[in-house]
Formats: sequence, C-alpha cells, structure tokens
Amino acid sequence: MTRYLVKRILYMLVTLFVIASLTFFLMKLIPGTPFASANKLSPAQMAIMKAKYGLDEPVAVQYVKYLGNLVQGDLGIAFQFGNTPVSDLLANRIGPSIHLGLQAMIIGSIIGMILGVFAALRQNTWVDYSSTFLAVIGKAIPNFVFAGLLQFFVAVKLGWFPVLFWKGPEYTVLPTIALMMFPVAIAARFMRTEMIEILGSDYITLAKAKGASYFDIAFKHALRNALIPLVTVLGPLTASMMTGSLVVERIFAIPGIGEQFVKSISVNDYNVIMGTNLFFAALFVVIILIVDILYGVIDPRIRLAGGKK
Amino acid sequence: MASNLEKLPKEKFAPAILDSSKSEEINKPSLSFWQDAWMRVRKNKAAVVSLVVMVLLIIMAFLGPLISGREYDTQNVAHANLPPKIPGLENVSWLPFDGEKKLPNGNVINPYEQKKVDEYYWFGTDPLGRDLFTRLWKGTQVSLYIAFLAAIIDMIIGVAYGAISGYYGGRLDNVMQRITEVLIGIPTLVVVILMILVLEPGILSITIAMSITGWVGMSRVVRAQTLKLREQEFVLASKTLGNSDGRIIFKHLLPNLAGVIIINTMFTIPNAIFFEAFLSFIGLGLQAPNASLGTLIDEGYKVLRLHPHEMIIPAIVISVIMVAFNMLADGLRDALDPKMRD
Repeated sequence: MTRYLVKRILYMLVTLFVIASLTFFLMKLIPGTPFASANKLSPAQMAIMKAKYGLDEPVAVQYVKYLGNLVQGDLGIAFQFGNTPVSDLLANRIGPSIHLGLQAMIIGSIIGMILGVFAALRQNTWVDYSSTFLAVIGKAIPNFVFAGLLQFFVAVKLGWFPVLFWKGPEYTVLPTIALMMFPVAIAARFMRTEMIEILGSDYITLAKAKGASYFDIAFKHALRNALIPLVTVLGPLTASMMTGSLVVERIFAIPGIGEQFVKSISVNDYNVIMGTNLFFAALFVVIILIVDILYGVIDPRIRLAGGKK
Repeated sequence: MASNLEKLPKEKFAPAILDSSKSEEINKPSLSFWQDAWMRVRKNKAAVVSLVVMVLLIIMAFLGPLISGREYDTQNVAHANLPPKIPGLENVSWLPFDGEKKLPNGNVINPYEQKKVDEYYWFGTDPLGRDLFTRLWKGTQVSLYIAFLAAIIDMIIGVAYGAISGYYGGRLDNVMQRITEVLIGIPTLVVVILMILVLEPGILSITIAMSITGWVGMSRVVRAQTLKLREQEFVLASKTLGNSDGRIIFKHLLPNLAGVIIINTMFTIPNAIFFEAFLSFIGLGLQAPNASLGTLIDEGYKVLRLHPHEMIIPAIVISVIMVAFNMLADGLRDALDPKMRD
C-alpha cells in the first residue's frame, strides 16, 4: 500500500509539473505583451515594464521563478481587477462553487443510487424502463441546454424559484438540479448494473436460502457491496462538475470560479485563465488520487489482492 | 390460448421420427460475428430508431443549407428576430410555425405582417436577421465533423498506440504507459483552453486539443485486449509461419479488436459533440459568423425571454443528436460485447 501510494503521488506530481510547464511555454508562445496599453508605450517604457515583471530575463530563469511561485501558491496577477492576485480572486470565489458542486454531487448521487437500486430490484418493469430513460436523458442532454430551459420554464414562466443570483437556499435549487443531472444518470446506470450482478451471485442465493427477508437481502447484503465500485465514478463526476460549473454559474449568475472563468475568457485576461486552469488541473489530479486511495481502503477485496496482511 | 389450440391442425401432434442422422443436422445457417451483431442491433428498437434519426439528421445537415436558398451569414436587419413560419404548416393552429409571437405580457403579434415580410423563414431569424434554418444545419455539420474527427482520432492514434504498446510489451510498453498515465491526469478542458490561448479559437484549436487527449481512453482498452490476445495460439501460429509483427497486428489482432474499438468510438462521439458545443457556448469554440449548435444556443439564450424559438430549436436538435448517439452506442455495446450476451 505504501509503495502504491508513493508511486501514485509521484505520478500526480509529474502530471502537475507537465501541466504547469505546458502552461508556461504556451504562454511564451502567445504573440504580443501582457500589458493592456502596449501600443502607447515607448520602447524605453516597455523595457521598464518588462524589467518590473521580470520579463527581460532569459526564459529559463523566468521558468524557474514561475515554478517557484507556483509552489508557493502564487498564480500571478489579474489585470482586469486592478492587479489583484489571482489566488485571492480564486479564494474569494471558491465558496459558492464548492457549495454548488458538492450539493449537486451528493444529492445527484443519492437520487441516482435510489433509481438504480429500484431499477435493478424491479428489472424489466416500468420502474426499470423509466429509470433507464431518465439516465439516458440525463447523460445525453447537454447541461447548458438543460440549465437554460430550466431557468426559462421554471423560474421565468412559472416563477417558482429565483431566476438569478446566489443569495439564499432557494437560489441554489435550480442550479443544483441543472448540475446534478449527470451524477443522477451515471449513478443510476452504474448502480443498476452492479446490483443486477450482485443479486445473481452465490452469497445472495445463500442469504435467500437461510431465509433472510427481501429487505435485508436488498439493502443489507446487496447494496453495501454495490456501493463500493461507485467510488470509481467520482473522478468523471468531478470533471463534469468543473465543466458544469462554468455554464451553470454563468447561466444563473452565481459568483463562483466558473462564472469568473468564463468572464475572463471574454476579456482575454490570460493570468486568470491560466491560474484557474492550473487550479482545475490540480483539483482534478488530487481528487483522482484520493478516489484511488479511498477505493483501496474501503474495498477489502482489493486490499487482500494487494497482498497486505 | 385455448382457442388457438383448437385451431392447430391434427398432424402437428404426430410423434417425431427418431433418426440419429437427422438430429445432427444443422438447421440454422451459421452466422458470422458481424451477421450475429447486426441481428442483435436490429432487435434493439431504440438503436434502430436512433440509427434512422441519425441518417435523417446527416442528410438534413448537408441538404438543409441547399434547400433553404439562403446563406448562413447573410445579414438582413430588417428581418431580425422573426418567429418560425412554414408554408402549409402555418395554418395548423397547435404548431408553432404560424409566424406569430406571444409577448411576455401575453399579447400575440405577427412580426411578418408588422414588418411586411412576404418570405417564409422556416425556423425564423436571429437578431441579425440571419436565416436560422440554414444556420441550424450548418451548425449540425460542425457537430458531425467533430463526431467524425473524434472517431478518426480514436481509431488511428488510440488503436495504434494501444496495439503497439500491448503487442511489444516490455520496456516500450512501460514507457508508453507512463506517458498515458500522465496524459490521463490532464482534464480535456485544461488542454483545450491552453490550445485556444495560443491559437485562434475555432475549429482548428478544438481539433488539435482533441488530438492530444482524445485517444487515451481507447489506447488503454485496446492495450488490455491486445495483452490478452497476443498470448493466444493463432498469434503464435502466425509467427511460426514467418509473418511480420505489422502483419500480425493488422491481419490477426485488429479484426479481433473490432468490437471493442467500435464500442469505444461510439461512446467517444457524443462526448466530443458535447464538448464542442460546450466550448462554443462559453465562447471558446467557433467564432461569429460561423455557426455551431453551441453558438446558436448561446446566441439564442441571450434572447430567450423574447424569442424562445432561437434557443429551443437548436437545443432540440443537439439533444436529439446526443440521445441518438447514446442509444446507438448502448445498442452496439449490447450487440458486440461478448460479456453482455444473454
């Protein structure tokens, strides 16, 4: 386990290093200067500006400095907001994003799991078919379409929930529904397949033979084992939360990282784009690592196969 | 049931003749893997419907811009924001193709009469007066191009990488797998955004970004299968007969990998289509005046309250495309995956 852990952390660091280097060198390839008023500057002024931001040094030196800054969590300066550090910007905006992401992921997974379990228990009945249909729809319809239509029909036309902004619990309802469609679909499909496989296994037959009640078999014996592999879909779900947050936060005007990111794209604030990009990459890589470790810890079969104890 | 039994002819109930030579007879034609798979796909109603819908969409994507008789980027501000109006269907009251528009305050107006427009815009026009019917099918073309591209990248880079890595094994495999392990940790979104910062946003940067990361999943599946296959006797036999590695890979391994490759490609395609539309929606994809389903939804979303048709029509089309590809992928997986056989 320790060896595996060390190996995985090493890979994570390499991946992060590759992304950071790629970001740096691609940044160098971008034509022009990062200064907004570059055209008005004389060559002398330009030289002063470059010296101030360390852009006159050799690329190798800049690269080392950049990596050093990254390790300390310094992601550069956001030009569009009067030179606030990007890390401050992210710190100020991460709250709503995490709130929304976690809420959608947790509620979505629970609803998906319930749908999947009932689909498996009532295989080939209307319960199964409608759950499968919902899963296909949830996976297929793009989240920005769903969010836009939800906002239009439920908030604007029916007026049940607020249309925009992030001011209280009732404001979170529609964004959460829009963002949780994917987790619902994935969890439902996954759970159904797992449950069907487990319900056909020998130990379930044994439990039946011993006279365990239907409820005990379904929820005590089958469900607990079906839950374990569900951890593996956490990775793809995280990725979907990231892309989802970009559009859902934009559509519902939620002051989170995603909304900031889309805005920065439209005004070409490279530092914010780069910083957020690196942040997303790091978050993704770390979550994948945690998921893999968690999987090894909670599944006794894997731990045994690994040769420990 | 009872009444059916009475109708059965008497001779159906004659005792069977016991003949050992007859019981050995093969009474069904033998099916190849592909015939069998096709039979299974055909039995899956959802997959067949999806296939038909997809064929129709592909035909319309290329025929649509031709039959509308308009260019996708011709602006006519006098004809801006017209609702859909289709000759023939305009008199069917429950269809939204009558050229009338309901305002948010409940009044119904007819912009065609107000602006004295005699022409018919089948799916209406956008705020710049561009014909949405033409733009819609142009946008569908982009989605189809992305689908095609994703499939090609998967099949060429992914399959070659996986097959070589799995077949040769050893140190080469080790190095190649370390590379994929680094690549798989990089979210596609991150690569695409980096590419777009360097290149102009547009179809080229999406293409390049997808080429960098799109094939990793496929290469892993193909490698795992190749590892299993290369130990089998028919590969050894081919080697003994003096066939080169390249020939073994193409002639013997690839046909055996076909099922996995098709399944994987089919699941990559909807993801790629979604990704392009998503990028276009947040402004990183195609740029004006080019149309993709993502940009159309983005433009329509901005005027959703006043002119809902401008978003709802492309939203329906992309949803139909996505559902069709997903259902077909499910159907193909059930038909081709030996583990899914009942």
